[in-house]
Amino acid sequence: MKYIDEYRDAKLARSMAAAIARAVDPAASYYFMEFCGGHTHAISRYGIEDLLPGNVHLVHGPGCPVCVLPVGRIDAAIRLAARPEVTLCTYGDLMRVPGSKGTSLVSARAAGADIRMVYSTHDAVRIAEAEPSRQVVFFAIGFETTTPPTALAIRLAAQKGLDNFTIFCNHVLTPAAIQNILESPDVRELGRVRIDGFIGPAHVSTVIGTDPYAFFAEEFAKPVVVAGFEPLDVLLGVLMLIRQVNDGRAEVENEYGRAVRPDGNERAKAEVAEFFELRKSFEWRGLGFVPYSGLRLKEKYAAFDAERRFGMEEISASDNPACECGAILRGVKKPADCKLFGTVCTPDTPMGSCMVSAEGACAAHWTYGRFRDEVREAS
Amino acid sequence: MSVKTYRRKLDIANGHIDLSHGAGGRAMAQLIADLFHTALDNAWLRQGNDQAAFDVAGGRMVMTTDGYVISPLFFPGGDIGSLAVHGTINDVAMGGAKPLYLSASFIIEEGFPLADLKRIAESMGAASRAAGVPVITGDTKVVERGKGDGVFISTTGIGVAPGGLDLSAEKARPGDRVIVSGSIGDHGVAVMSRRQNLSFDTEIVSDSAPLHELVAAMLEAGGAGLRVMRDPTRGGLAATLNELAQRSGVGFRLEEAMVPVKPGVAAACELLGLDPLNVANEGKLVAVVAPDAADTVLAAMRAHPLGRAAAIIGEVVADARRFVLMRTEFGGGRIVDWLSGEQLPRIC
Repeated sequence: MKYIDEYRDAKLARSMAAAIARAVDPAASYYFMEFCGGHTHAISRYGIEDLLPGNVHLVHGPGCPVCVLPVGRIDAAIRLAARPEVTLCTYGDLMRVPGSKGTSLVSARAAGADIRMVYSTHDAVRIAEAEPSRQVVFFAIGFETTTPPTALAIRLAAQKGLDNFTIFCNHVLTPAAIQNILESPDVRELGRVRIDGFIGPAHVSTVIGTDPYAFFAEEFAKPVVVAGFEPLDVLLGVLMLIRQVNDGRAEVENEYGRAVRPDGNERAKAEVAEFFELRKSFEWRGLGFVPYSGLRLKEKYAAFDAERRFGMEEISASDNPACECGAILRGVKKPADCKLFGTVCTPDTPMGSCMVSAEGACAAHWTYGRFRDEVREAS
Repeated sequence: MSVKTYRRKLDIANGHIDLSHGAGGRAMAQLIADLFHTALDNAWLRQGNDQAAFDVAGGRMVMTTDGYVISPLFFPGGDIGSLAVHGTINDVAMGGAKPLYLSASFIIEEGFPLADLKRIAESMGAASRAAGVPVITGDTKVVERGKGDGVFISTTGIGVAPGGLDLSAEKARPGDRVIVSGSIGDHGVAVMSRRQNLSFDTEIVSDSAPLHELVAAMLEAGGAGLRVMRDPTRGGLAATLNELAQRSGVGFRLEEAMVPVKPGVAAACELLGLDPLNVANEGKLVAVVAPDAADTVLAAMRAHPLGRAAAIIGEVVADARRFVLMRTEFGGGRIVDWLSGEQLPRIC
């Protein structure tokens, strides 16, 4: 595949790995957080750990949109889907995310709710157009990458004059989450998480650009290297971070220049700004309530807001107490540290959200990397 | 006074299945005679009995049963009819047997176009004649509109395996080689490319094909060196190898660079976020072969049109944890796991 295979080349990977081995200070150690689930997946899928020296550690971050959705929002979606007039359209990843008491959208659908998997926001608009007697709700989730398509869907629905299309908005913001991690007691006071730098988001940065990370680099003295999701991108990103640490620099660098500009995608940002505004606070699984970290529809588009149309209430629900997803999303723990990992919690029967999406740290480690763990599973 | 009965012909071009076609009366008899028997014609069906009688030779009988509920019914490279024939033949053949006879039961939804039914039956007849395995008995049922999805086909296949041959899932031993008969993932990608909400253009067609002759060539070349054969359908190569690892109590080590994947399949999987190792095949087999027989079997496979792209992709190792591990083309290692959840329902 052109423009893909080039970034998975084994020969280049070997020379890049050798360059990393030469660059590291053997007396030092390096801890880099990859914020995005896309990176987490690539690291596991291509076995990148096998190509890094033992003193370079990758810490998984919270950038998996499915993983950070709190139980209460899943419960709210299930409750909404149970209304007889509602057709809930969702990306497939969300279907198996556990709500409270062992429920999920899969179990709600089996019990009779009209829940349909879609591949794009436009599919949801098409369903609303084709079935005017149904109240079609799009379960909108994701970071800055998936927000512009949701905005376009609302624009399309408005143009078509659809009065049976709404969104259940759960869009969240990357910079707010990074700041929350850097300001958390785990990092600042307790020293439970060591982060020497960030591998910055790939797709998110195509929208927001590299400029928003300058604050972290300066304020917290942490280097950020925006890198693509292909394995060579990740290796080069790691090498650039190692060089910054060795030089005592804390800058924003862009490894993903083929797709990311400093100011991002102006049209996409304008589209988001037209439809959405900041929520004062939004709950994240693992991070808790993070100020100004989520979006909702502006008042003038209230007609497209499922929360307003259906009078949806905030549901407060807690994770399974034994589930370590929260600590894993903050980088405090690794998947194998969780007692549930690989015992009762597997991708077939997930207990926590990190075991659901392919981008979740637990699912990626279970699916691709668990052979590296000490023997502990019963087969 | 004798009245000449007028029997209206089936309106294949514009007609639809109605409940009378499954009610046991004249309409059903006409459908079976004019549509199914014409398409699948052979000496057994011509006898018009509710069962087919045949002599059995000595040896081991092999029997399999299978249901086909694929959506869409017609896809690039095949349809539910040819798929039912190929899939059933392959299940018999993977036991090392020569497939002899098939049965087919049709569950048809009220309102289904007769033209589509004819197309399916004729495709089934063509596939069965080409493979030399006749459909010798069958059944027809009609369910009310909304109680089915067009047509479902359920089949039985019977074959005979040479005495002394015992291919089985628990026979993989450390050191054995793993051979696939060609590129993987073609069927799943071809079907997905025609799914509602998902349609995309691809040159990939389903690999749906009968593998019994390829198997016969492998048995002749490899004999007792063949441990087990499987056709990796739902769940793909990954599911098959994990199942064999569990049953044999061994691990597998694969080389990603050796696994044949067509560029179009790789591209579609990239787009959809799938792994070709999890995508279904309907005309491929994976064989575990003793190390000293591997090259001979591989050569025999490559000499057959359905095995031209056959390749050794890895080997069996002792592994108490029964992992299927793969060295990625990129250089790192990873697990090849079962697929979780219902990513691709109704691909066969």
